Amino acid sequence: MSDEPLVLGIETSCDETGVGIVRGTTLLADAVASSVEEHARFGGVVPEVASRAHLEAMVPTIQRACDTAGIALADVDAIAVTHGPGLAGALLVGVASAKALALSLGRPLYGVNHLASHVAVDQLEHGPLPEPCLALLVSGGHSSLLRVTDITGGEGPGLGVDPMGATIDDAAGEAFDKVARLLGLPFPGGPHIDRVAREGDQVAIDFPRGLSSRRDLERHRFDFSFSGLKTAVARWVEARERTGEPVPVADVAASFQEAVCDVLVRKALDAASSEGIEDLMIGGGVAANSRLRALAEERAAKLGIRVRVPRPGLCTDNGAMVAALGAEMVARGRTPSSLDLPADSSLPVTDVLAR
Amino acid sequence: MLLAFDTAAPTVTVALHDGTDVLAQATSEAGMKHGEQLAPLVQRVLDEASATPADLTGIAVGVGPGPFTGLRVGLVTARTMAHVLAVPLHGVCSLDALALEAVAAGEVEGAFHVATAARRKEVYLASYDATGRRVSGPLVDRPAVLATTDPVVGEGARLYPDAFPDGRAPLRPDAGWLARGVVTGRVEVLPAEPLYLRRPDAQIPAAPKALS
Ligand SMILES: [Zn+2]
Repeated sequence: MSDEPLVLGIETSCDETGVGIVRGTTLLADAVASSVEEHARFGGVVPEVASRAHLEAMVPTIQRACDTAGIALADVDAIAVTHGPGLAGALLVGVASAKALALSLGRPLYGVNHLASHVAVDQLEHGPLPEPCLALLVSGGHSSLLRVTDITGGEGPGLGVDPMGATIDDAAGEAFDKVARLLGLPFPGGPHIDRVAREGDQVAIDFPRGLSSRRDLERHRFDFSFSGLKTAVARWVEARERTGEPVPVADVAASFQEAVCDVLVRKALDAASSEGIEDLMIGGGVAANSRLRALAEERAAKLGIRVRVPRPGLCTDNGAMVAALGAEMVARGRTPSSLDLPADSSLPVTDVLAR
Repeated sequence: MLLAFDTAAPTVTVALHDGTDVLAQATSEAGMKHGEQLAPLVQRVLDEASATPADLTGIAVGVGPGPFTGLRVGLVTARTMAHVLAVPLHGVCSLDALALEAVAAGEVEGAFHVATAARRKEVYLASYDATGRRVSGPLVDRPAVLATTDPVVGEGARLYPDAFPDGRAPLRPDAGWLARGVVTGRVEVLPAEPLYLRRPDAQIPAAPKALS
């Protein structure tokens, strides 16, 4: 297996400085430095704070990844880096560092798409990704349904990563953060809602399922909307407060979480069925949600659809996912990116590899 | 060989110095887009001098002050290259390179200042003695607050002639002088930490209402 490419991947699209090292589909190191605590008091990620933290964490995180993997930088065969989408200033730090590595080591550079990396990471856990497969990506920054026929972007017609649906307002993870804030739970909200919801009743409150009416389904069959749900939770809590009764935090959290997971799973399975796809991959930070996993597995089994979810540590943003996609680029002989690679904050999901 | 670059100004400047003189240098033509332009320019000066990264014995980098996004591109590139190549890293205040060039070119006589654009209608400014040694600054403020009739080197004087009537060349830092300053010990070597001089813009939101 030592003839498989040794690839170092860098991820700095949001607040995590991630450096991962893989050999083919084998994970050797996944070093992450997070500035999340610096953002917590602002209730969300502050771009300039994140960019400053990336600069400070970059080289130490590269070193930590090499130490964990037991390799020297000179052993690395290729460098991969997220060049979009994400926060422009944050992306630039990772892209510049990746170029410096590629240039200094004389190795090829692959500028890859953050979303495709979230899909590719599953290869480190469950082996080669079936193609086609359907990917549901849910995090604080994205909520998308993707049809994946070639994870490296493909070179033939109809091959690549195609969006089937996406959120039309808030990302799923954003809704978790906002509802957590409403319930007095810390940022980021996802893990706290998940924890508190275990003590609650998921059918206590009937919160709305966005874009699920017959009329909405005609135009937005595979799209998501979480802004109405967030407002409904806020209204419900306010009404309760007006009566002077205590807010049943666990029930609100469980019912909100159920509304999100229900609609995510329903639309993902509908998309897979409509395309005749038998494998559903779920990635992104919200994929760490225990109810989302359970619900997806339960309903998919009835349809004969297999579900692949990487372990929580690989679902949140990290460098290993970028390295995993980079290794696939090398394995499939894709042309590396050039040294004038830009950071592209609004990179379309269909652009998997930069020229 | 010393590789020097600065990304604190609107243009990127890169130079390669062999200990005796500057062998090759390059400046970006288009302004901004530091992230896209720096690495290809480094590759170009190495190629022009028929050198490889393995020939480098040190990296010098302008640490600002300057617009943050471009500044970080230079710093993370310098830190990463120095780490990979296991060579020393020399940080230099970007205004010092301008001062050194102004003195060497005979643009100034006696004490002077260097002022560069800081956006938001402000300038970065530092003060120098006749030999080009920095005696105070850098700091950031509005031109009206820092106004002086002394000679002022750099783009700041061209942008705000009312505040700085005696503007002098050069306008932007040149990596060749950055390199010469480090090689000859005529500039103060600093840690490769960015001179932001401003705190990040961030507002703490109102406290969420407490729930029972
Ligand atoms: Zn992500």
